[in-house]
Parts: sequence; structure tokens; C-alpha cells
Amino acid sequence: MAPYFFEIAGNPSALHLDGRKAKNALSLARQKVAKIVNADPGEIIFCGSGTESDNLAILGVARFYKSKGNYLISTNIEHHAVLNSFEHLEKKEGFKISILEVEKNGIINAEKILANIKAGTILISVMYANNEIGTIQPIRQIAKLIKKWKADNNRGPLEPPFFHTDACQAAGYLDLDVKKLGVDLMTLNGSKIYGPKGVGMLYLRRGLNLEPIVFGGGQEKGLRSGTENLAGIVGFAKALGLAQKNRKKETARLLALRDYFFKRILKNISKTFINGDLINRLPNNINVSILDIEGEAVLLYLDEAGISASTGSACDSSRLEPSHVILALGRPYEYAHGSLRFTLGKQTVKEEIDYTVRALKETVEKLRQISPLNIQIRNKQTLVGKKVFIQSGRPHWERKKLSPDP
Amino acid sequence: MTQIKKKINLRSDVMNQSTGQSWVYSDIVKDHFFNPRNLLLENPRTGEYDAVGEVGSPACGDVMKMWLKIDKPSDKIKDLKWRTFGCGSAIAATSMFSLMVTEGDGLKINQAIKIKPQDIMKRLGGLPERKIHCSVLADKAFRKAINNYFRDSGQPDRIIVESGRIIDKRLNITDKDIEEAVLEGARDLAGVQKKLKAGVGDKEAIPELEQLIRFYAEKYYGKE
Repeated sequence: MAPYFFEIAGNPSALHLDGRKAKNALSLARQKVAKIVNADPGEIIFCGSGTESDNLAILGVARFYKSKGNYLISTNIEHHAVLNSFEHLEKKEGFKISILEVEKNGIINAEKILANIKAGTILISVMYANNEIGTIQPIRQIAKLIKKWKADNNRGPLEPPFFHTDACQAAGYLDLDVKKLGVDLMTLNGSKIYGPKGVGMLYLRRGLNLEPIVFGGGQEKGLRSGTENLAGIVGFAKALGLAQKNRKKETARLLALRDYFFKRILKNISKTFINGDLINRLPNNINVSILDIEGEAVLLYLDEAGISASTGSACDSSRLEPSHVILALGRPYEYAHGSLRFTLGKQTVKEEIDYTVRALKETVEKLRQISPLNIQIRNKQTLVGKKVFIQSGRPHWERKKLSPDP
Repeated sequence: MTQIKKKINLRSDVMNQSTGQSWVYSDIVKDHFFNPRNLLLENPRTGEYDAVGEVGSPACGDVMKMWLKIDKPSDKIKDLKWRTFGCGSAIAATSMFSLMVTEGDGLKINQAIKIKPQDIMKRLGGLPERKIHCSVLADKAFRKAINNYFRDSGQPDRIIVESGRIIDKRLNITDKDIEEAVLEGARDLAGVQKKLKAGVGDKEAIPELEQLIRFYAEKYYGKE
């Protein structure tokens, strides 16, 4: 992507030679990406991020098709780019939303989606794989059920409901063929595949329409105005190509490492629980809850040992709320506060996992010595429901939700 | 490209550009977090300590427990041991608090009770704003322990009474909720209303609300 900063720096919309070179580079990137997802180049819209792509898909479809209905369906483990778009449409634009709960393994039951489709449903958005717990959602099955519903209700392929998936997390490891998946819209971005940040993409099936959310010079068929981030787009196309080329090999390599990591953690650290399904899961995702300790404190110790991890604890988020994904698994708050996520990548090797597990074990031992808690897990009864540990008062994030809006 | 590389900022601290506040913990916080002082290592024998106090809940993500030894004739705190479940700042704040009350000959109970979260924060070299509420449990746990001591040592008249009182009748908002809102950063009625929607339905509650906000803001952040 380097030449596109200075050598080929033209505006793809301009008629002069530099502009034509840029336009050719843009077309080439579009063709490449389209081929990877098995779509036509005309079905690819480039934009500024995965978040923008999600926003464009959801706000765009909802607003364009609102004369056909105002019901929208999603799940309770989506990225905030999706959840907050839904919330906005509900609060400010009069749409009705159903946020369906996933099962205890972090996977949505496809039949549940079908059961919630009504005559006025125009959009269903389900992520391909979750960013916190790596669970892979049954996209093909959901798409089939939506198609069946449409057939039963005499809806053509260009009539709602439409099916959108956020595939950002999946791009490095799963099949992105939109025809096989059966989706109408799909979001991808650069930052999860070792590509540049600040580039996103939306696949929009031919014949479908969107209300744009950015207005201007009419780039990207009028659906996303603004001079294209050419260097970023070229880099994204390259990164996506590499990620998809290597995905099978890399998946096999990481699966072995991931399962080894889980095995080592469970063996070495007591009162540890895996968050999310172990089979239908991305090969690079480790997410566990360790009881009696708090995630942020663990991160500080690990950071000191040169290990980067993240947590779903309320203490680590700017909003001081525990992770909605860990809570969606139906476990007590305690599990969210003690949750840790490790992400494996291209460079990860077995020795690093051994090192990490050793550092984690030492950290947990130290923090458990500091902690006054010793939650007894023999009695399964105490582990059901979010509120079993609340002795007095209500956590502030719950209280916020109880307050009515102004 | 080499020229660009040289200019990349490799410092690991991050500042909030609008407040100038650091994102990361001060060296003192880190020191207390990695080397906690006065930590209770062994489970105590019965009667080894004069009083115990515990506050917080695992669901909220913070639990703090303190054990005290008190010299009755001088009314001084001879020893304070603790255990904390919580984030880095909660652990560091308890450690610092334990140091503050046991320094020298030990503080008198009346002096120790006066230690405010802001005093602990000052000694820690500051805390990121969103972490301020984590330091509050230390003085609460101490008060709970000291009340238990008063109860057990025949001084019930010294017990400090604190109870949740409903201020906004429509939403059942108590003085404790307001305290929490102030700790989360609200400094005036508008700020608290934004967080709690207090006083929106119950207009009669507003004068008392304002009084409480002033009280807690002063308690935790000092006089303006």
C-alpha cells in the first residue's frame, strides 16, 4: 500500500492521469475483495471501519425499507457497533427491536430467530463470530430459515427481511463466501486481519438498497461519499487475500495451540471456567473466568510480564460496566469481573503459551492471597442467576438501566 | 519511511488530551499494588484481632476486609491487616490506607476516621478519575470494623450510624445512591440528575438533593 501515499496519490474521482491510476488501483482492489467473498465488484462498498460498515448496513436498510415494516432482530452478544445502532433506531426513530438471548454456550439458536420473524421484520443482524468469546454463529442455518420463511410468506429475494452479518472477527479463519453463507449484507474490516486500520467494507447484495449515512460527492455509488482511502483499501484487499489464503493452515495451527492453552489453564488454575462453546469457536480465542480475583488486577500483573490480555470486568471499561457478552452467558457478575481474554495470532508459538500460563498461575496465586473471597462452587445452586452474590445494594450499572429516560 | 519511524512516540503512558490526566497508575500506586503492605497472609486465630469489618460485594467487583488491633487505653490503632478483591487501585488504596493509620505509633481512632478517600488518593500520587470510586471502600471498611470494635468493647455510644435514607420517593433513590453518583464524577444537581434521574419526578426532593451533593462532593473532593 506504500506507493499510494505519494507516488500514486491521485483522487480516484479525477479525470487526469494520476486520478486514472488511482481509479484503476481502486477497481483492482474491489475486484480482489469481491472475488474473495464470491460477489460482484459492484456489490462491494468501501468505508472507514467495521463500525461504519455495521452502521451503514443497519441504519441504511432500516431507513430505506421502513415503509415495509419496522421490526429489527439481533442478538445480545453483538458488537456495540450493531447494538448501539439498534438502540438508536429504537429510541430515536420508532423502530421495534428484538435483542434475542444466546444460549449458555454463547451461540444463538437459529430457530429462535425464525420464531421471532414477523410480517413487519425488515432486518436481521447476527455476527459471524463473537469478538470476546470467539463463538461462531450458525449463519448458514439462519440464512436458510429466513429463506424458508420468505418462501412461505411469498416474499421475493429483493423483499425484506434481509440478513446482515458482521464478519470482522471471522475474516482470518472462516469461509467468507456470501453465496454459501446466504447473507444479504456482510461487514469486514482491515484491523482484524493484520491490515490497515481505518478501512471497512460492506457487501450489499445486488438489487438491495440503502439510505446512505454519509452525504457528499457520491463516491461508492452514492452510498458512501468521501474521497476513498486508497492506500488503506489497497492494503485491506492485500491483507484479506493473505488472510484467506492462509486461513486453513493457520486455523489448524492455532486450534492445536488454543486447545493446549485451555488444557494448561484448566489444569494449573483451580476454579477456572471456559466462556463460550469449545467446538464452534474461532481458533485464536481464549476466554476464561477465574473466580475470587478481578480481571483488571490480573491484566496489570500480566502487562508487567509483557503479556497483553483483556478482561470483561467492569473495572476495566470506561463505562465501568461488566461485559455484556459474558453476562449474556447467564452467569453471575462475578464471572464477568474475573474474565480474561487472550488472543492468539500469527506470531504465537507454544513456548509463549507455556510462559503465559506460568505467569498467569503466579498472578492468580498472588491475587487470591490478597482477595478475601473464596467462593464455594460445590453447590451448583449458588451459581445460577446474576444476582446471587449481591449482598447489599445494587450494582450501579443495573441501577442506571432502571432509571427511566428523560 | 525511516524518518517517519523516528518520530513515532514510544512512551507507554497515555494522557487524556482534554484533561491532561494520566491513563495509567502512578509509580506509588504500582508499588503498593505489586508489593502490598500489611496484607493478612495467614487466616487469623479467634480473638487475635480486636475487630473485623467487610464491605462491598463480589457482584459489584469490589470486596474489602480489614482486621484491627486496638490499644484500648490510648485508643490507638496498633495493627491493621486487610484483604481486597478488586482492581489495581482498590488494592493499592487499601494498602496505602493501612500504612496511613499505622504510621509511627498508630493513629488515634478519631483521627483515623477522618481520613478521606481524597487523602488516600493524594498519598498515592493521584488516581485516574474513573478509578476514584475504587479508593472509597478503604474508609468504609475501616468504619465498619471500628463500629464492630465499639460494639464489642462496650462503647456503643461511639458507633457511627449510617443508613440508606430515601430521598427521591418516586424512584426510591437513597442518600447512598447520591453518594455513589458523586463518586462517579457528578458534582452538581444536573450531573446527579443525569446519572440517577433523581428529583425529576419528585420535585420536593431537590433541596435535600442539593444539600447532599454538596456534602459528598466536599467529603470526597474537598472544598472547592
